[in-house]
Amino acid sequence: MSILVDENTKVVVQGITGNEGLFHTKQMTEYGTKVVAGVTPGKGGQKVEGVPVFNSVMEAVKSTGANASAIFVPPAFSADAIMEAADSGVSLVVCLTEGIPTLDMVMVRKYLKEKGTKLVGPNTPGIISPGKCKIGVMAGYIHKQGTVGIMSRSGTLTYEVVDQLTKKGIGQSTCVGIGGDQIIGLNYVDLLDLFEKDPGTEALIMIGEIGGTAEEEAAQFIEKHVKKPVVAFIAGLTAPPGRRMGHAGAIISGGKGTAGEKMKALEKAGVKVVRNPALVGSELSGLLKKA
Amino acid sequence: MKIHEYQAKEILRGYGIPVPKGRAAETPEEARKVAEEIGGKPIVVKAQIHAGGRGKGGGIRVVNSPAEAEKAAKEILGMTLVTHQTGPAGRVVRKILVEEGVEIKEELYLGVVMDRSRECPVIMVSREGGVEIEKIAAESPEKIVKEWVEPYVGLRPFQANKIGYELGFDPGQVGKLRSVVSGLYKTFYEKDCLLAEINPLVLTGGGDLIALDAKINFDDNGLFRHKEVAALRDLNEEAPLEIEASKYNLNYIKLDGNVGCMVNGAGLAMATMDIIKVFGAEPANFLDVGGGATVEMVKNGFKILMSDPAVKVVFINIFGGILRCDTLARGVTEAVEEVKVNVPIVVRLEGTNVEEGRKILRESGLNFTVASGMQEGAQKVVEALKTKG
Repeated sequence: MSILVDENTKVVVQGITGNEGLFHTKQMTEYGTKVVAGVTPGKGGQKVEGVPVFNSVMEAVKSTGANASAIFVPPAFSADAIMEAADSGVSLVVCLTEGIPTLDMVMVRKYLKEKGTKLVGPNTPGIISPGKCKIGVMAGYIHKQGTVGIMSRSGTLTYEVVDQLTKKGIGQSTCVGIGGDQIIGLNYVDLLDLFEKDPGTEALIMIGEIGGTAEEEAAQFIEKHVKKPVVAFIAGLTAPPGRRMGHAGAIISGGKGTAGEKMKALEKAGVKVVRNPALVGSELSGLLKKA
Repeated sequence: MKIHEYQAKEILRGYGIPVPKGRAAETPEEARKVAEEIGGKPIVVKAQIHAGGRGKGGGIRVVNSPAEAEKAAKEILGMTLVTHQTGPAGRVVRKILVEEGVEIKEELYLGVVMDRSRECPVIMVSREGGVEIEKIAAESPEKIVKEWVEPYVGLRPFQANKIGYELGFDPGQVGKLRSVVSGLYKTFYEKDCLLAEINPLVLTGGGDLIALDAKINFDDNGLFRHKEVAALRDLNEEAPLEIEASKYNLNYIKLDGNVGCMVNGAGLAMATMDIIKVFGAEPANFLDVGGGATVEMVKNGFKILMSDPAVKVVFINIFGGILRCDTLARGVTEAVEEVKVNVPIVVRLEGTNVEEGRKILRESGLNFTVASGMQEGAQKVVEALKTKG
């Protein structure tokens, strides 16, 4: 099993005629994802990579039954694209775009709560349930179908951890990049809840980083509601305060949001916190053997 | 993006928030002229740098005449100001703000900041102003009044009133505070800020409120729709290598160690710094060439990283996904050929086309140490440092 996306997920790609949209539509289709529609306003009626293009998400959903959206549009238009997807009734929106204004996301989140739409990202590599469905830009081949659920604020660091697992023969149920921005859609708590309830997930890996309090909130949730073993790595123990470390959300401000604080909170909640990022895979492998 | 106090005050003035009379100056003569225009005393001369703690560092003077203002300006302009926020190197003062002195009856704190967990802006006010909000929060959190703003409806007058009465103000003062709070929220919202802060907001003997100091941090992601804000960027306040990196869309941050790092992706870049530390060495920088770096970006990133004289060994840690390792290996070899490199380079390549990538490195004839994992890479970096002595 897996969470959020599987073999029944039908994807509409917003921004399908742009460079990124086109390239990744091809990659996703090759991986086996059912990309059923694309949207670029004004380009309806065309076909790209064998996928029909529509002028609006609503049209695409009505004609193809798409139930998830992948967004590859520039930051200035992303908030609108996310809201359009929610309005059309898809249940999951994955927004890959980096650089969306924070206040736009504040509005988006309110709108999505009213619509009941789930959002992954923005500023994320996306989501993949290996062997079933990939909505995003991650390289599919490093993944392997299995029972470890991964959630992360980072892209390449997630590839690193997935690679460690796959090389040990340990597969993944679903890997979710929650996004590197300050205001994001699904957070650790939402995913912990889904993974805990998923019979196909046996253990969890949480990859966090400096900034905000999402990891601390996750720790509180784990203490109360999560029985499955959790291994965590928090990036940025050596990051200086007050500097934005690449991701818009990765900043220690006013002495808050340090890696040390997050590690402490997670350890208190019974999470196995790994300090050496190269050892996340072997730590998890050890836990699985014990169980 | 950060701006100077004088710039922040000009923005606030535009939103109807009272600020002291005065303006910025770049020469002692200009300072004297501004003081003459203000035409009273005392006059305050304040160094303009992007860091707090200027008073303690000797960057703020209170004087009583235009001639004294000129003299104070002469002393402050050009000085290297070291505060708890500048680091030991300090910042050179290139501009000063000359303004009228204000009679202080009470100092308040007023700030609007993005609350990440509640996903909306929060207004914070305290009568314990003049010190950092973190200090108030740590020592007497009950003295901070908070009000969250629903972005759909904006700040409602009742919310601003609530704050005023909760602080114990009389009805006249509440009205004045409401106007300042509304102005600051409007600034925050309309200019895409992540932080807009007046500290202290001064209550004068006459019962007026005046913004004595101001700080605004803008959301970099929102700058594309505020050209007037983007124009306020002061390159003098940024490290030269960081400016160079930003030209190529690279994220570079200078640190204190001697292991130069080049990584693709912010999370992996931080993790690389962390693993270097786990093995007992210190990173010289954070450098994220991007999850989808090109040969050109890798080349430029490498050149920037090598222009830091503190770098004694380089660790290149790349996890190729969509981005292919052979492309990356080409970027690195081209860069190494162009830049004169006399320090050891440890390369760890993983991901798509890794074998071709490693082959390119091996056959380049250049002196790379190839590592097969992040851990082995970090170990080899530390060994290289030792052998170098």
